[in-house]
Amino acid sequence: MVAQNIAFGVIAAAMVISAVRVVTAKNVVRAALYLIIVLAGVAAQYILLAAEFTAIVQVLIYIGAIIVLFLFGIMLTRAPIGQEGDLDNDQRWLAGLVALLLFGVLAYVLNDAFNGAQIRLNVPQTTAQVGDSIFGAYLLPFEVVSVLLLAALVGAIVLARRD
Amino acid sequence: MMLNNFLLLGAVLFCTGVYGVLARKNGVLVLMAVELILNAVNINLVAFGAFNHTIAGQVFALFVIAIAAAEVGVGLAIVLLIYRNRRSIDVTEIDLMKG
Amino acid sequence: MGLLRNAWVIPAIPAASFFVILLFGKRLPRLGSEVGILSLLASWLLATGCAIQWIRLPLDHESHLRAPVTRGFTWWHTGDVRIGAGIHIDGLTVMMLFVVTFISLLVHIYSSAYMKDDRRFTHFYAALSLFTASMLLLVVADNLLLLLVGWELVGLCSFMLIGHWWEEKDNSNAALKAFFTTRTGDAGFMIGIVILFFAADRTFNIAAINHAALDGHIGHGVLLVGAIALFMGPIGKSAQFPLHTWLPDAMAGPTPVSALIHAATMVVAGVYVVARCYGVFWEAFSIGNGGINLVAIIGGITILIAAALAFVQDDIKKVLAYSTVSQLGYMIMGLGVGAWTGAIFHLFTHAFFKANLFLGAGSVSHSGSHHSFDMKKDMGGLRAHMPTTYRTFLIGSIALAGVPPLAGFWSKDEILNAAGKNGFAVFMVVGLIGAVMTAAYMTRCVYLTFFGEYRGHGHPHESPPAITGPLVVLSFFSVVAGLLALGQKFGHWTLNDVIEEAHVPEFPFAWSAAFVGTTAGLIGITIGALYYFRNAGPHRLTERSTAARRGYALLANRYYLDHLYTGVIVGGIKGPLARAAYWFNQNVLDGIVHGAAAGARGAATFTYDVIDQKVVDGLVNGAGASAEESGGLLRTIQTGRVQQYAAVLFAATAIFAIALIRWA
Repeated sequence: MVAQNIAFGVIAAAMVISAVRVVTAKNVVRAALYLIIVLAGVAAQYILLAAEFTAIVQVLIYIGAIIVLFLFGIMLTRAPIGQEGDLDNDQRWLAGLVALLLFGVLAYVLNDAFNGAQIRLNVPQTTAQVGDSIFGAYLLPFEVVSVLLLAALVGAIVLARRD
Repeated sequence: MMLNNFLLLGAVLFCTGVYGVLARKNGVLVLMAVELILNAVNINLVAFGAFNHTIAGQVFALFVIAIAAAEVGVGLAIVLLIYRNRRSIDVTEIDLMKG
Repeated sequence: MGLLRNAWVIPAIPAASFFVILLFGKRLPRLGSEVGILSLLASWLLATGCAIQWIRLPLDHESHLRAPVTRGFTWWHTGDVRIGAGIHIDGLTVMMLFVVTFISLLVHIYSSAYMKDDRRFTHFYAALSLFTASMLLLVVADNLLLLLVGWELVGLCSFMLIGHWWEEKDNSNAALKAFFTTRTGDAGFMIGIVILFFAADRTFNIAAINHAALDGHIGHGVLLVGAIALFMGPIGKSAQFPLHTWLPDAMAGPTPVSALIHAATMVVAGVYVVARCYGVFWEAFSIGNGGINLVAIIGGITILIAAALAFVQDDIKKVLAYSTVSQLGYMIMGLGVGAWTGAIFHLFTHAFFKANLFLGAGSVSHSGSHHSFDMKKDMGGLRAHMPTTYRTFLIGSIALAGVPPLAGFWSKDEILNAAGKNGFAVFMVVGLIGAVMTAAYMTRCVYLTFFGEYRGHGHPHESPPAITGPLVVLSFFSVVAGLLALGQKFGHWTLNDVIEEAHVPEFPFAWSAAFVGTTAGLIGITIGALYYFRNAGPHRLTERSTAARRGYALLANRYYLDHLYTGVIVGGIKGPLARAAYWFNQNVLDGIVHGAAAGARGAATFTYDVIDQKVVDGLVNGAGASAEESGGLLRTIQTGRVQQYAAVLFAATAIFAIALIRWA
């Protein structure tokens, strides 16, 4: 248990630092690279929670596909690659205040509700179980999501097409 | 492992994402901040799933990942369209709704 | 049993026919109409078979009822909620199946002549088939979700068919109006379904919901809110006050559509839902205690206002449309006063004579008045030229007026009888007044159409057999359908366990009520006949009396309800406020000024200079200026920058969360 807690602490620290760098970096490409660290950290947390299938999907979809999309987006919009200071707008302080306020509320509520609750991973959740419930109990949401993906595909093509 | 550790990590990521959405000028960076928010939600879902010994947490995290992929696709297409029409992706310049 | 268990085939046949007509209709020799007619013939035969099997079904030994035939499967499930789909066949369903398929079959046959050479003939038949299929689906559905699917499809088909000739702006406007008005009610309907879903332990099954409501599983408060929300749907779909305004406009569609959708089937979907979920309404509105309740009030108001409106219409279809609204009011009121059997019996008989009347009006316009529906300009004296149409129309009118032994008499009498015996004396009087008015406006309608001088410019002749055939069949049923009430046959056939469990009282035929009802009808006919045929009574009243003129204007403008919906609610606050300010200025302030001036000129000057110029003008100008300023102030918030809006959104969420934690 100690090893897991140490692993959690190290990964979480790396994630928080990287996340802050994502939203403060002065360079767009660098922000995207920090985002990779955060996403990989999320995958590692899934492994700690014994959710291996979700972790693999996280790596494949987020790091493999979404980051690439972001990099394409950065390139196609010809954002400057080198240093550039002007990526933030003039309401940074307001934004920081709102974020801190939200964090205060969330931290208070979570501490109030789940203080001392332990996660016991004695019953493993296997990939087979995930598959069974997606294609069993949650078949309808699954089908709806597939239709949504199709709609997004068509929508993205229509939007980005030159005509 | 403490459930609260994961939940607080999720809260930190969420608030960082909120800050990014509110403070960033570049459209692509705003979308990245939205990804942070979605990942924070996913950590919560998987952690609660493990806590309650139910598979539903993972299943919904997977749905969120799929929807996030769709969101990024459409979002980047919109950013590209804005860039093509205005030669800029500064979201503070888009104020057509100004009263 | 076999047919009843497989009753799902009845909606499936027209649904298949819809696709066949849509895909291959244009290549067929009769452009798809033969597919529609044959599929409806098959459906009708099956429905008749179902009815016979249902009647022959043995009674249960304990309850003395025929047990409903149910069959279903799991439609979909998510998490641990399973949503089923299936059929629930009982007497009410069988009756509806018969009525819908029968009227639809006749309308299909009629349309083959009426819609001949139409631009979108094939499209018309496809839509008719889809409409019939969705109505039948609504009828057989055993749960509210499946029923909602049929309900919405019916609305969609109604939209397509009202706007069939959409090239004219009026028609497409009417279609949109019908769609949006019924959607207004549907919003409440869906909320009601969701409330009942959770209240009845997560089930959409209608029988389960009815039983949960009746045995007190659902708290009365929740049940009342759910029932009121659910009732919004019937108010929209069955054109009840105050959402009845769409139905007369819907007459812009082809006449067979008016007959099928806006008289015999679709508009009774609302009545059907109330009858089907009667356990919910019975318990929620405490109908058994004889109290004034929402259902009865809405129905009663609808009877009277719609009947009054029917007097001032010159368009024959609009007379019939308002008559339909009024008769639907009878059914809803019947359900509201505990006359369950009477209400659905009225639904049954009304379908025949109203379809008969609408198709008769269509025949008149097809062959008698050059496609016009204006009774005053283009009709009159058609009795000699169109004898079959005249006779069938007359039979339909008499049936509607409630003269024994025709159909309308039996069902109307049953509602009035039950209203009186259940302690709803007020609503019985409303029903009687409605009966007098019904008889009188139908007399006016018959007189203007078939008697007097021919006022049109065409060459009136009798319609072809495809049109007169259905008329003859329908007028036959208009005569005999009511006889099912003899010995309470109809009541026994349709009785179901919900009605039995709720102890809805059943009353045998009563001579007293029959006598009163018949008298009301005869009085109405006599008044109409004296006024129009004998030219007696106060004619040209509107030219002499202001009160009459005002009343006429009120009716001619349909109680200004359309103005209320389109004009007042949109620009509502501005007009009255401006008028109120003007009135205040003219009367109060001027009064003060004049009074002061009468006292002393100096004081008057003072008043003028100070009060009027400074105070009043100051107030007026100040109000304007402050409005402008506050607008300018608000304008600065509207920066158009989404991120600022988002910041406010997140901050507000956090603050609300704090408030919730702190005080809740």
